[in-house]
Formats: sequence, structure tokens, C-alpha cells
Amino acid sequence: MSEAPRPARETLRPDLEVIAGWIPAGARVLDLGCGDGQLMGWLEQSRGCTGYGVEIDDAEVLACVRRGIDVIQQDIEAGLGMFGHGQFDIVVLSMAIQATHQTEKVLREMSQVGSEGIVSFPNFGHWYHAWSILRGRMPVSREMPYEWFDTPNLHLATVRDFEDFLERLGLVITGRAFLADGHPVRTLPALRATQAIYRFRRAAQDRSG
Amino acid sequence: MSVPGSVGQVVPQRMYFDAPLDLRSGAALAGYELVYETYGTLDASRSNAVLICHALNASHHVAGTYGDDPKSAGWWDNMVGPGKPVDTNRFFVVGINNLGSCFGSTGPMSPNPATGAPYGPDFPVVTVEDWVHAQARLADALGIERFAAVMGGSLGGMQALAWAVLYPERIAHCVAIATAAKLSAQNIAFNEVARRAIITDPDFHGGRFYSHGVVPAHGLQVARMIGHITYLSDDSMAAKFGRLLRPAVQAREADAPASEPGDAAAAAVRSDYRFTFDVEFEIESYLRYQGEKFSKYFDANTYLLITRALDYFDPALAHDGDLAAALAPATADFLIASFTTDWRFAPERSREVVQALLAARKRVTYAEIDAPHGHDAFLLEDPQYLQLVAAYFDRIHARCVGAART
Repeated sequence: MSEAPRPARETLRPDLEVIAGWIPAGARVLDLGCGDGQLMGWLEQSRGCTGYGVEIDDAEVLACVRRGIDVIQQDIEAGLGMFGHGQFDIVVLSMAIQATHQTEKVLREMSQVGSEGIVSFPNFGHWYHAWSILRGRMPVSREMPYEWFDTPNLHLATVRDFEDFLERLGLVITGRAFLADGHPVRTLPALRATQAIYRFRRAAQDRSG
Repeated sequence: MSVPGSVGQVVPQRMYFDAPLDLRSGAALAGYELVYETYGTLDASRSNAVLICHALNASHHVAGTYGDDPKSAGWWDNMVGPGKPVDTNRFFVVGINNLGSCFGSTGPMSPNPATGAPYGPDFPVVTVEDWVHAQARLADALGIERFAAVMGGSLGGMQALAWAVLYPERIAHCVAIATAAKLSAQNIAFNEVARRAIITDPDFHGGRFYSHGVVPAHGLQVARMIGHITYLSDDSMAAKFGRLLRPAVQAREADAPASEPGDAAAAAVRSDYRFTFDVEFEIESYLRYQGEKFSKYFDANTYLLITRALDYFDPALAHDGDLAAALAPATADFLIASFTTDWRFAPERSREVVQALLAARKRVTYAEIDAPHGHDAFLLEDPQYLQLVAAYFDRIHARCVGAART
């Protein structure tokens, strides 16, 4: 019960390391589906950032409080109405978009609440997934370790799908990075990346809104 | 880590204040007395003080027991004590009985210096803000410049919020549980029904019942019954009582305490109605018992005063309803918590507070505890709730007390 807050200087998950590298010092950050608050903890300690995690799971909320970061217990699909427009410099959604029901609504709200959004997701277009389906099996991989009958994943996308989606929402891609099992991928990322990470902002004409 | 325990036997203390206290109503109290208890030790740097604010029917007796009577345990004994979430091995915890209450601090039962007779209905209407100002004077006298945390549930949470706004430099953390930044119309309505029950009791005598040697017991009972209904969730009431009928023998004794559901099931379960308006269902027996118990220890004028303080609390009122503007002066970090089945102070009310704190760019953590017990949950054992508060107080300790030592 009297366990002291854990030091936040720990090795970040590879996609979170990429995300952290994109976030400027002192930024005001909202981390949606923040889990145990690893990213927010690191950003506060190492970058002097401020902000909140948003998490629905009881155990993760408790882990955030133990870590000493501020967390708002809420289902992100219930809407981000609690957060005012433009309240944050950066809104992060890491490895959670594929489990959202109302993916379009979540992305729209992200782009309203923050000046810039960052999303990481498992790339369904990875060659192994195609190979698995060719062999007649739904793919099960490190980023998607679930059998088809008990997966939380609803909206899986390939790199190209996701880029089209951002364009359709009027969002401009300002950065992209690809990882394969935690290591950067530069050639043929659409086929070789297991994780994709995008940063984006509203198109210039409606950035004021 | 020691096994969580009790602070042990405690003795209430009293402090008299002779400087007049100006009240929000425009009235003033010439002098007043506050009863309080403390647990743990104030450290040399005076950085480890925690103020616990009480709700409607509680008092300064937050933790520990009087003498060795286990039934006299404080109202938040599961929260405050050695090894408990608010750990008295680390924190100096203060509980204060509010002005107008009936547990020893100056209130309607106290002698009015102008007449020598009890104040009764002449005791001025006090507000949450008035209480906070009175508490601040007690903190001055105890040598506490700044609380590491001010904490409360329900009406106590309102006091914690008021502290953060009225004395921003004197509160490092605000822990407000199962509370609201203002009552809803429905909530005021419940209070009004309770007040009407008291005021229309023939034994109320316009609030001067002391000199008649009576108390408006029936009014207090009804007030408590309706209050109690709103503290429980529909589900917890269904689980505890359902439509169980009172066993025939006990049904004749209307004031017999309600037995546990297990006992009721073990007793001869009736399925036949008796076709009377006497106690028939277990829930009726339970409410009557709670009402009668309450009417024997609680003052009717205090009930009116405290429900009014609840009604009047609305820090956003002076800011055209803008709660974020009202909370702007606060510099504390906030922990706001609500309970999913609480419909008297619903999660939605806590979310309004959180939304305003976010808009005002305050540091805030919000937890929505999935508990079945309704509003009462803030007083009960729930692992997620107690662990969360414990973890937050670890943070408070690291930031306030640990920092002061280095």
C-alpha cells in the first residue's frame, strides 16, 4: 500500500519510443488508451511535458496513479467531450485504434482536441498475414496475438487503407514511421512493417476550428 | 509494512474562537467553538497534515474508538489509520465538526449569547464556504499553514473543492469523492421533502422544541428514510431486501432491527400478506429502524442547516455558471472519484467537475469506481477504491512530505 511511485525512466515500447521522439519538450499531451501510463510518465520525466492519460481499465488506472501520472477514467468511444477543442498540442492513440467501434469518430475528435494527432497500429498488410490467409488461416502475430473468435480487434487496416482514411477525414500526414518487430523498416514498409505510426494534423484551412 | 489497524482510542478536543466569523449570509457568529480530533503526528516541517471534511450526518470522529467500544469506530475508520489508505503513520489527520452540527461544535443546540437559551431556529444559516473559513482558523491554531491534502466525500467533497478555491496556497491536493459542484433540482427536491417532514412535525415548534422537552422524531425519521433511499442503489436494495416479507413475530415489533438477509431467509419466510399498513416488507422495517436510530441522536435544526448548505453550494454562481472560471484560482492537484451506481451524486456530476478542471488546466485524476452500493459506496470497502486512494496518497506523500525532508 505504501509502494513509492516507480521511476519512469524505463525502456519504452518501440512504437512509443518513435512517438516520444515526435513530441517536443514541454508539449501538452493527451494519451488515449494510455495503459499503465508508460508514455506519459516518460514524457513528463524526460521532456517536461504535461497532460493526462485516458484509460477505461481499472487495473491500468491504478497503475497510472501508482506511476504518478494523471489519468482520466473514461471510455474513449463515449466521446472526448470532456476535453475542449484545441486543449492539447498532441493527442496520442497507440495500438488501440484497431479495437475501436467508431473509429472515424475517434479520429475526428482526436484532431479537434489536439493540434496534432499520432496513431500507431498493427499493419494488417504485412506479408505474413497474406501468407497466413493464403494457407487458409486467420493471422496470429505478435502485434495481433488473438484467435479470430476472441479478438478485440474490429477495424484492422493496412498502411494504404489508413493513409486513404486520413485523407478522407481531411487530415494531413506530417510524419510516418514503420517498425518490424520493433526495428525500423525503410524498404517496402507496406509489406514488411508489423507496426505503422502516423502523425497528422487538420488541413490548413480548418486548423482554426 | 505494518498490518492496517486502528488509530486506537481517541479523545475529541475543543477550541474556542473569540474573533467574530462573518458568514456568507451577512450574519456573523460572535464567537464559536469547534470540536475536532487528530490522528498521527504533525512532522517538524508541518508538511504532512490532511484535513478530512465530513458529510451530512457525520462528525469530527473520523477514525478510532471512544474507550474500547468497537461500536464507536469513526465514520471513515476503513480509510484512515495506520497502514490504511490515509496512513496515520505518515500523515497528521484532522477531523473537524462543522458549525451548526450537533456533535459538539457551536450549533442550534448551543446557548445563544444574546438570550442564554439554545439558538434553535435563530442559528444563522451557514454555507460550505463558511465552514471552510472556520476550519482554516482551526488550522492556523494547530500551526498548519498548508494541508498536504483536504479530502471529503459527498458534502465533504464540496468542502474540499471550496478549500481549493478559497485557500489555494493552503492546499496541495484536493481529494473530492462522490461529490458535485452543485446539486441538481432533483437533489434539492429530496432535501426539501426531508425538511418539510421535520418542519411540519407538530413537535418541531418552529425549531424551539428544546424548551418543550420534545424532539420532532417523526419528521426526522421520515427525513432519514428518504435520505437513506437515495444513498442506496436500486440493485443493492434489491439484493439486500428484495420483496422479502418481515417474519410475522418481528413484524409486530415495528422498531425491531432489520436482520441480515441470511437471517431473514433462515427465519420462517412468509409468503402470505397480512393486509395491513404495518411493517410488511423487510425494506420497510429497515428504513424505519434507520429512521428511529437517527431521530435519537440527530438534531432537527442541524438537519435543516446542513441540507441547506448542500443546496446553496454552487461556486460557479458568481462566474455566470462557468465552473472552470470558478476553479481557476486553485493550484492544488485533484483526485476526483465517483461510483457507477451512485444516483444521488452521479458520475455525471463528477465528470462536470473534471471537465471544468481540464478546461482550467489543473492537474486532475478521475476514477469512476464500478461499485454496486450507490452513494454509500464512498464509505464502504471496495478494493479498487481503497487501493486508488492509497496510491494517490503515496503520491501526496512523495510530493509534500518527502520533498519537505530533502
